[in-house]
Amino acid sequence: MPVLNIKKFSFTYPGVDHPSLKDINLPIKRHKITALIGPSGCGKSTLLRSMNRIHDLYPGNKYEGKIEFTDTDKNISDILDIKKENEFIELRQKIGMIFQKPTPFPMSIFDNVAYGLKISGVKNKTELADRVEIALKGSALWREVHDRLDKSAMGLSGGQQQRLCIARAVAVKPEVLLFDEPTSALDPISTGAIEELIVELKKDVSIAIVTHNMQQASRISDYTAFMYLGDLVEYNKTENIFLNPQEKKTEDYITGRFG
Amino acid sequence: MRLLINKIFLGLSIFSALIGLAFLAWILTTLFIKGLGSFHFGLFLNDLIDGGLRNLIVGQFILAGIASLIGIPLGMAAGIYIQEYGRGRYADIIRDLSDIMMSAPSIVIGAFVYAVIVVPTGGTSGFAGAIALSIMMIPVVINTTDNMLSLVPRELREAGIALGASKYKVIIDIVIKAAKVGIMTGILLAFARIIGETAPLLFTSETSNYFSLDLTESFPSLTVSIYDLANEPEEASRDLAWAASFILTVLVLIINLSGRFITRNKK
Amino acid sequence: MEKIFQKLALSSASLVFILLVGIFITLYITAKPAIDEFGFNFITNSDWNKDVALESAPTTELTDSDDAMILDEDDIMLEDEDDMMLDDEDDISTKTIYGGLVPIVGTLLTTLIALAFSLPIAMGIAVFLAEIAPKNISNVVGVAIELLAAIPSIIFGMWGLYYFAPIIADLFGGYQVSLLTAGLVLGVMILPFMAAITRDSMNTTPAVLKESAYALGATKFEVIKDIIFPYSKVGIIGSIILALGRALGETMAVAFLIGSIFVLPSKITDPTISIPVAMANNFGEASGLGESALFYLALILFIISFAIISIAKFYFLKRAN
Repeated sequence: MPVLNIKKFSFTYPGVDHPSLKDINLPIKRHKITALIGPSGCGKSTLLRSMNRIHDLYPGNKYEGKIEFTDTDKNISDILDIKKENEFIELRQKIGMIFQKPTPFPMSIFDNVAYGLKISGVKNKTELADRVEIALKGSALWREVHDRLDKSAMGLSGGQQQRLCIARAVAVKPEVLLFDEPTSALDPISTGAIEELIVELKKDVSIAIVTHNMQQASRISDYTAFMYLGDLVEYNKTENIFLNPQEKKTEDYITGRFG
Repeated sequence: MRLLINKIFLGLSIFSALIGLAFLAWILTTLFIKGLGSFHFGLFLNDLIDGGLRNLIVGQFILAGIASLIGIPLGMAAGIYIQEYGRGRYADIIRDLSDIMMSAPSIVIGAFVYAVIVVPTGGTSGFAGAIALSIMMIPVVINTTDNMLSLVPRELREAGIALGASKYKVIIDIVIKAAKVGIMTGILLAFARIIGETAPLLFTSETSNYFSLDLTESFPSLTVSIYDLANEPEEASRDLAWAASFILTVLVLIINLSGRFITRNKK
Repeated sequence: MEKIFQKLALSSASLVFILLVGIFITLYITAKPAIDEFGFNFITNSDWNKDVALESAPTTELTDSDDAMILDEDDIMLEDEDDMMLDDEDDISTKTIYGGLVPIVGTLLTTLIALAFSLPIAMGIAVFLAEIAPKNISNVVGVAIELLAAIPSIIFGMWGLYYFAPIIADLFGGYQVSLLTAGLVLGVMILPFMAAITRDSMNTTPAVLKESAYALGATKFEVIKDIIFPYSKVGIIGSIILALGRALGETMAVAFLIGSIFVLPSKITDPTISIPVAMANNFGEASGLGESALFYLALILFIISFAIISIAKFYFLKRAN
């Protein structure tokens, strides 16, 4: 049973006639990494941002179809049914997101990681400290920052900031993490560290990642979905997509003929 | 609990926005009701001495117009210097000083002009009032020119220079043209600001009950006369003050809106 | 041609520098007689235009010689002129003193009241415009607020005197012209300005930063409190200080309402005077030392607002960029 199951999903931005995503069917499998690839404007980020309904910060979007979410207790719910504020909050605590650019909050390193915990009601100081430490260790940042937790997060390097954001997302123990081109603003060494970390994380969470970088998709993902102009062209195990694509378009894209 | 706090906070914010808007609506409706109530077209035909506003409106425009004739070229030239020629600290200092001058109390500028022009020339004059207004205007024009020129891409300048044009040619023919709309908007907003000023005119131009084009004498000013009229005990004077305020506000808003309209059309 | 153009631009830019220095020097020179006469006691003295008896100890030689002359004359004068003599003596043994405490206090208090009133409302409006209202409403209301910031301040003064002050006086008692009504009208006047620039500061918060807080499950209030305010803090404080500078130097909105009397207020509902209003209403009649004292006030106001705007510009707004 996939953790997220996207069925007949269409999405239309406000003020636009044509849907940006058309009739998408895609599973996000548990404890696997699913990569979404495709040329710019293919709708891969739009799809990712539908999974935690972050689109809803801006009114007027139209959803059709279903995105079924199966939590660890096997309860199934449709993410697109959510209307109330508290349900959104719950959803976003279960499905975390990492953005293209690092987004450290204007506060200390510790407070950044503790932020999600604090707003979800964790008050106990030792519990906070423990979970911050676990999250920072889990994102391979602890060794670098443990002696300056009270310093501003703005002072970290880009790669460190991005790992901090991952630690912040991991700290609330989500079931799914959505990565929206998490390394596109980073240098190759930081990118390597983040990729390693993402692979490490799939023990605990299920992962969907949007990437521009086909090598990255082939290096880290278990499944790959190729999207083009709002359609899901092909979805398969990553090695099949890259070694034996079924669709002409997929082949053209991964061999670099366009995109 | 979190959701409740959220709701309360958002409610308070919307509430305060409503309070703010209510005040502003109150002022505007007062102005419209009182102003329109005392408004008639005879106001444009008679001078203050005959119960009209003609000399004051013309006078205010002349004051602001002369201030613009002085302030716009000087402000633009200074803005061009800061953005195009200035290197290093001096340009930065001028930019900062200009920003400070933009927020200087207008009455202090009035006092300055009083000391350096009114006293030496022996009395209040339209000329002194226009100078005071131009001092208010210069930093605003500098700020606008500076900002708008900074938005012109460097490649455009380089392309002009690469064609063999001299720097000032490039600035006048290419850079200023490219920034024209923004600068014009800024100038209109600056004009809207100075035409509504009272404090710098109080003891520089003062005002006059008669029609006058003589800039060496006390000069009719709409705003200064509003202040005088509003403080008179007779109901008729106050009504005239309201009508004058109404006309002034409509003028300021029209100028302000046309400035915005230019920008929007361009976009 | 190139050279001429460049020289012209440079001289225009230098004009700003010359003007600012010129204002400062002019105010200082014109205020000099009052500065020499009253020194820094000017700031702590609450008497304005008050005749006081000269004390014998510090009086100058001039007075001594005057007295001597009178005595000399006394010898040859007839008895029936004694009355006139007394009058003369009266004039000579008094001097007019000017102290700036009342307008200084009045300026600071009206500004304080204005800020206390407008700050929370302006923040509410800014939050509403930047974060709550849908885009089209935010645009319309935003332009309305900016237009209101452009309305001449004299309009606020008139409205305040005839429509707002009577209601406040009914509610809080006291005079219709008072510190309170002047401060509140001043607050209404700076409200749109403060709201507009605070909104601009808040809008500098990157959308992705807000999104990542929402993605963690934060409520709108939490995003505003924990992300937007800390992120745009320096800009917001800078905006508030700029509004404060504007309130300090405002003349017309206050002139209608403060009462314009040189008396220290004992209650918030008492009339008093502020520096700009003291200048606006007394410049015409003043001469000599009185005029110089007004320039002294202008100098004080100029220095205060210069300092405040410099702090806002260089410390807060520079850091915001």
